[in-house]
Amino acid sequence: MILHAILFYVFAVAAVGAGAMVVAARNPVHSVLFLILAFFNTAALFVLIGAEFLAMILVIVYVGAVAVLFLFVVMMLDIDFAELRSGFVRYLPIGALVGLVLLAELVLISVSWALGPTGSVVAAATPSGAVVDNTRALGEILYTRYLFAFQMAGLILLVAMIGAIVLTLRHRADVRRQSIAAQLARTRAQSVEVVKVPLGEHV
Amino acid sequence: MVIGLAHYLTVAAILFTLGIFGIFLNRKNVIIILMSIELMLLAVNINLVAFSVFRSNLIGQAFAMFVLTVAAAEAAIGLAILVVYFRNRGSIGVEDINMMKG
Repeated sequence: MILHAILFYVFAVAAVGAGAMVVAARNPVHSVLFLILAFFNTAALFVLIGAEFLAMILVIVYVGAVAVLFLFVVMMLDIDFAELRSGFVRYLPIGALVGLVLLAELVLISVSWALGPTGSVVAAATPSGAVVDNTRALGEILYTRYLFAFQMAGLILLVAMIGAIVLTLRHRADVRRQSIAAQLARTRAQSVEVVKVPLGEHV
Repeated sequence: MVIGLAHYLTVAAILFTLGIFGIFLNRKNVIIILMSIELMLLAVNINLVAFSVFRSNLIGQAFAMFVLTVAAAEAAIGLAILVVYFRNRGSIGVEDINMMKG
Protein backbone atom coordinates (compact mmCIF):
# COMPACT_ATOMS: atom_id res chain seq x y z
CA MET A 1 0.00 0.00 0.00
CA ILE A 2 2.81 2.39 0.84
CA LEU A 3 4.45 1.51 -2.48
CA HIS A 4 1.21 2.37 -4.23
CA ALA A 5 1.15 5.77 -2.53
CA ILE A 6 4.79 6.47 -3.39
CA LEU A 7 4.20 5.55 -7.04
CA PHE A 8 1.09 7.70 -7.16
CA TYR A 9 2.96 10.74 -5.86
CA VAL A 10 5.90 10.21 -8.21
CA PHE A 11 3.67 9.94 -11.28
CA ALA A 12 1.30 12.71 -10.20
CA VAL A 13 4.13 15.17 -9.49
CA ALA A 14 5.78 14.29 -12.79
CA ALA A 15 2.50 14.75 -14.67
CA VAL A 16 1.77 18.11 -13.08
CA GLY A 17 5.35 19.29 -13.58
CA ALA A 18 5.27 18.23 -17.23
CA GLY A 19 1.94 20.03 -17.63
CA ALA A 20 3.44 23.20 -16.18
CA MET A 21 6.41 22.92 -18.54
CA VAL A 22 4.06 22.53 -21.54
CA VAL A 23 2.70 25.95 -20.71
CA ALA A 24 5.96 27.57 -19.71
CA ALA A 25 8.50 26.10 -22.16
CA ARG A 26 10.20 28.61 -24.42
CA ASN A 27 10.52 26.30 -27.41
CA PRO A 28 7.32 24.67 -28.78
CA VAL A 29 9.24 21.47 -29.57
CA HIS A 30 10.05 21.20 -25.85
CA SER A 31 6.37 21.87 -25.14
CA VAL A 32 5.37 18.89 -27.28
CA LEU A 33 7.95 16.68 -25.59
CA PHE A 34 6.67 17.70 -22.15
CA LEU A 35 3.14 16.99 -23.36
CA ILE A 36 4.29 13.46 -24.23
CA LEU A 37 5.79 13.14 -20.74
CA ALA A 38 2.51 14.28 -19.18
CA PHE A 39 0.60 11.69 -21.23
CA PHE A 40 2.98 8.93 -20.20
CA ASN A 41 2.66 9.80 -16.52
CA THR A 42 -1.11 9.93 -16.77
CA ALA A 43 -1.06 6.52 -18.42
CA ALA A 44 0.98 5.28 -15.45
CA LEU A 45 -1.63 6.75 -13.09
CA PHE A 46 -4.32 4.88 -15.03
CA VAL A 47 -2.39 1.63 -14.70
CA LEU A 48 -2.04 2.31 -10.99
CA ILE A 49 -5.79 2.77 -10.62
CA GLY A 50 -6.57 -0.38 -12.60
CA ALA A 51 -7.67 1.05 -15.96
CA GLU A 52 -5.07 -0.71 -18.09
CA PHE A 53 -6.92 -0.53 -21.38
CA LEU A 54 -7.30 3.24 -21.27
CA ALA A 55 -3.66 3.59 -20.27
CA MET A 56 -2.57 1.67 -23.36
CA ILE A 57 -5.00 3.63 -25.56
CA LEU A 58 -3.61 6.86 -24.10
CA VAL A 59 -0.06 5.87 -24.98
CA ILE A 60 -1.01 4.67 -28.46
CA VAL A 61 -3.41 7.45 -29.45
CA TYR A 62 -1.93 10.46 -27.71
CA VAL A 63 1.78 9.71 -27.76
CA GLY A 64 1.75 7.74 -30.98
CA ALA A 65 -0.56 9.91 -33.04
CA VAL A 66 -1.54 13.26 -31.57
CA ALA A 67 1.79 14.30 -30.07
CA VAL A 68 3.70 13.24 -33.18
CA LEU A 69 1.19 15.23 -35.27
CA PHE A 70 1.93 18.27 -33.12
CA LEU A 71 5.65 17.67 -33.51
CA PHE A 72 5.32 17.46 -37.30
CA VAL A 73 3.37 20.69 -37.50
CA VAL A 74 5.70 22.56 -35.13
CA MET A 75 8.71 21.50 -37.15
CA MET A 76 7.07 21.97 -40.55
CA LEU A 77 5.93 25.56 -40.11
CA ASP A 78 8.65 28.15 -40.32
CA ILE A 79 7.59 30.48 -37.54
CA ASP A 80 9.39 33.00 -35.38
CA PHE A 81 8.31 31.66 -32.02
CA ALA A 82 10.11 34.36 -30.04
CA GLU A 83 7.82 36.94 -31.60
CA LEU A 84 4.75 34.89 -30.69
CA ARG A 85 5.91 34.79 -27.10
CA SER A 86 6.26 38.53 -26.67
CA GLY A 87 3.03 39.02 -24.68
CA PHE A 88 3.88 36.38 -22.09
CA VAL A 89 4.62 38.73 -19.19
CA ARG A 90 1.79 41.09 -20.07
CA TYR A 91 -0.81 38.33 -19.90
CA LEU A 92 0.65 36.80 -16.73
CA PRO A 93 -1.53 38.66 -14.16
CA ILE A 94 -4.88 38.08 -15.86
CA GLY A 95 -3.96 34.47 -16.64
CA ALA A 96 -2.87 33.86 -13.06
CA LEU A 97 -6.09 35.45 -11.79
CA VAL A 98 -8.34 33.30 -13.99
CA GLY A 99 -6.33 30.19 -13.17
CA LEU A 100 -6.48 30.79 -9.43
CA VAL A 101 -10.22 31.50 -9.50
CA LEU A 102 -10.79 28.29 -11.45
CA LEU A 103 -8.58 26.28 -9.10
CA ALA A 104 -10.42 27.68 -6.08
CA GLU A 105 -13.75 26.70 -7.65
CA LEU A 106 -12.52 23.18 -8.37
CA VAL A 107 -11.27 22.87 -4.78
CA LEU A 108 -14.69 24.04 -3.54
CA ILE A 109 -16.37 21.41 -5.70
CA SER A 110 -14.09 18.73 -4.27
CA VAL A 111 -14.77 19.91 -0.70
CA SER A 112 -18.53 19.93 -1.25
CA TRP A 113 -18.23 16.47 -2.79
CA ALA A 114 -16.31 15.23 0.24
CA LEU A 115 -18.78 16.79 2.70
CA GLY A 116 -21.85 15.66 0.77
CA PRO A 117 -23.83 12.52 1.42
CA THR A 118 -21.84 9.46 0.46
CA GLY A 119 -23.28 6.52 -1.33
CA SER A 120 -26.15 8.51 -2.76
CA VAL A 121 -25.04 7.60 -6.28
CA VAL A 122 -25.91 4.00 -6.83
CA ALA A 123 -23.30 2.22 -8.87
CA ALA A 124 -24.58 0.27 -11.81
CA ALA A 125 -23.98 -3.42 -11.91
CA THR A 126 -20.60 -4.02 -13.48
CA PRO A 127 -18.54 -7.13 -13.70
CA SER A 128 -16.22 -7.21 -10.71
CA GLY A 129 -12.62 -6.56 -11.56
CA ALA A 130 -11.39 -9.71 -9.91
CA VAL A 131 -13.23 -12.04 -12.27
CA VAL A 132 -13.08 -10.17 -15.58
CA ASP A 133 -10.13 -8.02 -16.56
CA ASN A 134 -10.50 -4.38 -17.45
CA THR A 135 -10.23 -4.68 -21.23
CA ARG A 136 -12.81 -7.42 -21.44
CA ALA A 137 -15.26 -5.63 -19.14
CA LEU A 138 -14.87 -2.43 -21.14
CA GLY A 139 -15.49 -4.31 -24.36
CA GLU A 140 -18.56 -5.93 -22.94
CA ILE A 141 -20.28 -2.63 -22.26
CA LEU A 142 -18.83 -0.82 -25.27
CA TYR A 143 -20.08 -3.35 -27.81
CA THR A 144 -23.51 -3.81 -26.26
CA ARG A 145 -24.88 -0.84 -24.37
CA TYR A 146 -22.84 1.86 -26.10
CA LEU A 147 -22.71 0.33 -29.55
CA PHE A 148 -24.23 3.36 -31.29
CA ALA A 149 -22.00 5.79 -29.42
CA PHE A 150 -19.06 3.62 -30.43
CA GLN A 151 -20.14 3.73 -34.06
CA MET A 152 -20.53 7.49 -33.82
CA ALA A 153 -16.97 7.73 -32.49
CA GLY A 154 -15.78 5.84 -35.54
CA LEU A 155 -17.80 8.17 -37.77
CA ILE A 156 -16.23 11.20 -36.08
CA LEU A 157 -12.77 9.80 -36.75
CA LEU A 158 -13.69 9.15 -40.39
CA VAL A 159 -15.00 12.69 -40.84
CA ALA A 160 -11.89 14.09 -39.14
CA MET A 161 -9.64 12.08 -41.44
CA ILE A 162 -11.48 13.14 -44.60
CA GLY A 163 -11.59 16.73 -43.36
CA ALA A 164 -7.88 16.85 -42.67
CA ILE A 165 -7.11 15.40 -46.12
CA VAL A 166 -9.49 17.78 -47.90
CA LEU A 167 -8.10 20.77 -46.02
CA THR A 168 -4.46 20.07 -46.69
CA LEU A 169 -4.70 18.60 -50.21
CA ARG A 170 -3.46 21.12 -52.73
CA HIS A 171 -3.84 20.87 -56.49
CA ARG A 172 -0.97 22.75 -58.05
CA ALA A 173 -1.64 24.07 -61.51
CA ASP A 174 1.94 23.81 -62.77
CA VAL A 175 2.25 20.07 -62.23
CA ARG A 176 1.21 17.73 -65.06
CA ARG A 177 -0.70 14.80 -63.63
CA GLN A 178 -1.74 11.50 -65.07
CA SER A 179 -5.46 11.57 -65.86
CA ILE A 180 -6.58 7.97 -65.81
CA ALA A 181 -10.15 8.82 -66.79
CA ALA A 182 -8.98 10.64 -69.89
CA GLN A 183 -6.70 7.74 -70.76
CA LEU A 184 -9.48 5.21 -70.42
CA ALA A 185 -11.95 7.34 -72.37
CA ARG A 186 -9.75 7.40 -75.46
CA THR A 187 -11.25 5.63 -78.44
CA ARG A 188 -9.64 4.24 -81.51
CA ALA A 189 -11.23 6.93 -83.65
CA GLN A 190 -9.59 9.70 -81.62
CA SER A 191 -6.12 8.34 -81.57
CA VAL A 192 -5.48 6.30 -84.72
CA GLU A 193 -5.72 7.76 -88.17
CA VAL A 194 -5.44 5.61 -91.26
CA VAL A 195 -3.85 7.50 -94.08
CA LYS A 196 -3.84 6.20 -97.59
CA VAL A 197 -0.51 7.13 -99.07
CA PRO A 198 -0.43 7.27 -102.86
CA LEU A 199 2.35 5.29 -104.49
CA GLY A 200 5.54 7.23 -104.88
CA GLU A 201 4.50 10.21 -102.75
CA HIS A 202 4.93 11.21 -99.16
CA VAL A 203 2.35 11.87 -96.50
CA MET B 1 -1.69 6.23 3.50
CA VAL B 2 -4.50 5.32 1.16
CA ILE B 3 -4.72 6.97 -2.23
CA GLY B 4 -8.37 7.81 -2.72
CA LEU B 5 -10.63 9.59 -5.13
CA ALA B 6 -9.66 13.02 -3.79
CA HIS B 7 -6.01 12.56 -4.75
CA TYR B 8 -6.88 11.85 -8.36
CA LEU B 9 -9.37 14.70 -8.47
CA THR B 10 -6.68 17.05 -7.17
CA VAL B 11 -4.24 16.03 -9.90
CA ALA B 12 -6.97 16.48 -12.52
CA ALA B 13 -7.95 19.89 -11.14
CA ILE B 14 -4.34 21.10 -11.20
CA LEU B 15 -3.85 19.86 -14.77
CA PHE B 16 -7.09 21.50 -15.91
CA THR B 17 -6.07 24.79 -14.32
CA LEU B 18 -2.68 24.56 -16.01
CA GLY B 19 -4.50 24.16 -19.33
CA ILE B 20 -6.58 27.30 -18.73
CA PHE B 21 -3.44 29.09 -17.59
CA GLY B 22 -1.66 28.07 -20.78
CA ILE B 23 -4.44 29.45 -22.97
CA PHE B 24 -4.23 32.82 -21.21
CA LEU B 25 -0.45 32.96 -21.12
CA ASN B 26 0.27 31.94 -24.72
CA ARG B 27 -2.61 33.66 -26.40
CA LYS B 28 -0.50 34.51 -29.44
CA ASN B 29 0.56 30.98 -30.27
CA VAL B 30 -2.17 28.70 -31.63
CA ILE B 31 -0.06 25.55 -31.30
CA ILE B 32 0.42 26.03 -27.55
CA ILE B 33 -3.30 26.81 -27.21
CA LEU B 34 -4.15 23.51 -28.91
CA MET B 35 -1.72 21.72 -26.59
CA SER B 36 -3.38 23.36 -23.58
CA ILE B 37 -6.75 22.10 -24.79
CA GLU B 38 -5.28 18.59 -25.02
CA LEU B 39 -4.04 19.00 -21.43
CA MET B 40 -7.53 20.00 -20.27
CA LEU B 41 -9.10 17.02 -22.03
CA LEU B 42 -6.52 14.82 -20.32
CA ALA B 43 -7.59 16.24 -16.95
CA VAL B 44 -11.22 15.47 -17.81
CA ASN B 45 -10.19 11.92 -18.67
CA ILE B 46 -8.44 11.54 -15.31
CA ASN B 47 -11.64 12.68 -13.59
CA LEU B 48 -13.79 10.23 -15.57
CA VAL B 49 -11.50 7.29 -14.93
CA ALA B 50 -11.07 8.11 -11.22
CA PHE B 51 -14.81 8.34 -10.65
CA SER B 52 -15.32 5.19 -12.71
CA VAL B 53 -12.86 3.19 -10.62
CA PHE B 54 -13.77 4.48 -7.18
CA ARG B 55 -17.51 4.26 -7.83
CA SER B 56 -17.00 0.82 -9.46
CA ASN B 57 -18.96 1.86 -12.52
CA LEU B 58 -17.30 1.10 -15.83
CA ILE B 59 -19.30 3.60 -17.89
CA GLY B 60 -16.90 6.41 -17.01
CA GLN B 61 -14.09 4.57 -18.73
CA ALA B 62 -16.21 4.06 -21.83
CA PHE B 63 -16.85 7.80 -21.95
CA ALA B 64 -13.19 8.54 -21.35
CA MET B 65 -12.58 6.60 -24.56
CA PHE B 66 -15.09 8.76 -26.42
CA VAL B 67 -13.42 11.89 -25.06
CA LEU B 68 -10.12 10.53 -26.34
CA THR B 69 -11.63 9.96 -29.80
CA VAL B 70 -12.98 13.49 -29.98
CA ALA B 71 -9.64 14.89 -28.76
CA ALA B 72 -7.77 13.05 -31.51
CA ALA B 73 -10.23 14.25 -34.18
CA GLU B 74 -10.04 17.81 -32.88
CA ALA B 75 -6.24 17.81 -32.92
CA ALA B 76 -6.15 16.49 -36.49
CA ILE B 77 -8.65 19.04 -37.82
CA GLY B 78 -7.15 21.91 -35.84
CA LEU B 79 -3.64 21.24 -37.06
CA ALA B 80 -4.89 20.84 -40.65
CA ILE B 81 -6.59 24.24 -40.44
CA LEU B 82 -3.38 25.65 -39.00
CA VAL B 83 -1.29 24.30 -41.89
CA VAL B 84 -3.74 25.68 -44.48
CA TYR B 85 -3.80 29.04 -42.73
CA PHE B 86 -0.02 29.22 -42.61
CA ARG B 87 0.16 28.35 -46.31
CA ASN B 88 -2.21 31.18 -47.19
CA ARG B 89 -1.07 33.93 -44.83
CA GLY B 90 2.47 32.98 -43.80
CA SER B 91 1.73 33.48 -40.12
CA ILE B 92 -0.17 31.73 -37.35
CA GLY B 93 -0.44 34.64 -34.92
CA VAL B 94 -3.85 34.71 -33.26
CA GLU B 95 -4.25 38.45 -33.78
CA ASP B 96 -3.63 37.99 -37.52
CA ILE B 97 -6.67 35.74 -37.77
CA ASN B 98 -9.17 38.48 -38.56
CA MET B 99 -10.29 37.76 -42.12
CA MET B 100 -13.92 37.42 -41.07
CA LYS B 101 -13.86 40.66 -39.03
CA GLY B 102 -15.65 38.98 -36.16
